[in-house]
Amino acid sequence: MKNPIKGLHKEFENRIKLGIMSVLMVNDSLDFNEIKEVLEVTDGNLASHAAALEKKKMITITKQFIGKKPNTSYAATDQGRTAFNEHLEALEKLLKNNL
Amino acid sequence: MKTAEADLKEIKSLMERSSRFISLSGLSGVFAGLYALAGSWLANQYIASDYKQIELWPLMGIAASVLLLSLLTAIFFTTRNARRKNQKIWDKLSQRMLWNLAVPLIAGGLFLIILIFQEQYYLVAPGMLIFYGLALINGSKYTLNDIRYVGYFQIVLGLMATCFHGNGLLFWSIGFGWLHIIYGALMYWKYER
Repeated sequence: MKNPIKGLHKEFENRIKLGIMSVLMVNDSLDFNEIKEVLEVTDGNLASHAAALEKKKMITITKQFIGKKPNTSYAATDQGRTAFNEHLEALEKLLKNNL
Repeated sequence: MKTAEADLKEIKSLMERSSRFISLSGLSGVFAGLYALAGSWLANQYIASDYKQIELWPLMGIAASVLLLSLLTAIFFTTRNARRKNQKIWDKLSQRMLWNLAVPLIAGGLFLIILIFQEQYYLVAPGMLIFYGLALINGSKYTLNDIRYVGYFQIVLGLMATCFHGNGLLFWSIGFGWLHIIYGALMYWKYER
């Protein structure tokens, strides 16, 4: 049997990182508060996990001003999308092999 | 494996919650259907009473009342459902859904108003069904996917109504009445019980 663990990315093992990637896969870009609301996480938690994903080049973080308000928006990179799809496939395989 | 299963479930739910307005209530469909049936019954009574010249404005009045009542009811049940699901009623997701429903509806509405001015009445009922169907298919990407199938049915009914004109009211009451009731009840059953 092929090793099903191949394809699992440990970048996405953490629940919050998994969550950030999930919502960015289906949205072109989301800002900090939108992600915070849907994931129900604290500011600090979201910021640090997002920063870690950015470091691995899975997402891009854009900081800008909308009027006078600072706004941080997040988007998945192509590399991130490919990696996440591999991760999803690996999870599905894992599930199938254990049924 | 437990964790793989839980992960996949969570991913799916997050993807849906962050990209679709899932609070659209099936009950709004049921009530819209009931109003439409009542409206088409009234319209039929009016058309069938042959002692006077049939005028357009009572029919337009009935259609407008059905539309208005349906919208108000939809807002009421959907707000209630959103509160239960802890989803916001007025955010990017609901706005995107409404916009995508509205574009084909407004285009269709204007088109039909022009037809009425040109006295091409026989295309009005089929046109309503077809444009409404297209609106549902377009909007289904941003809310419960089930409304896509209602859209397909409406288009088929609209095309049939075009072939058999003279029966516009019948097809209209099937599409806006019965289809709404059946699908609204199904969606209520599936998501809100």
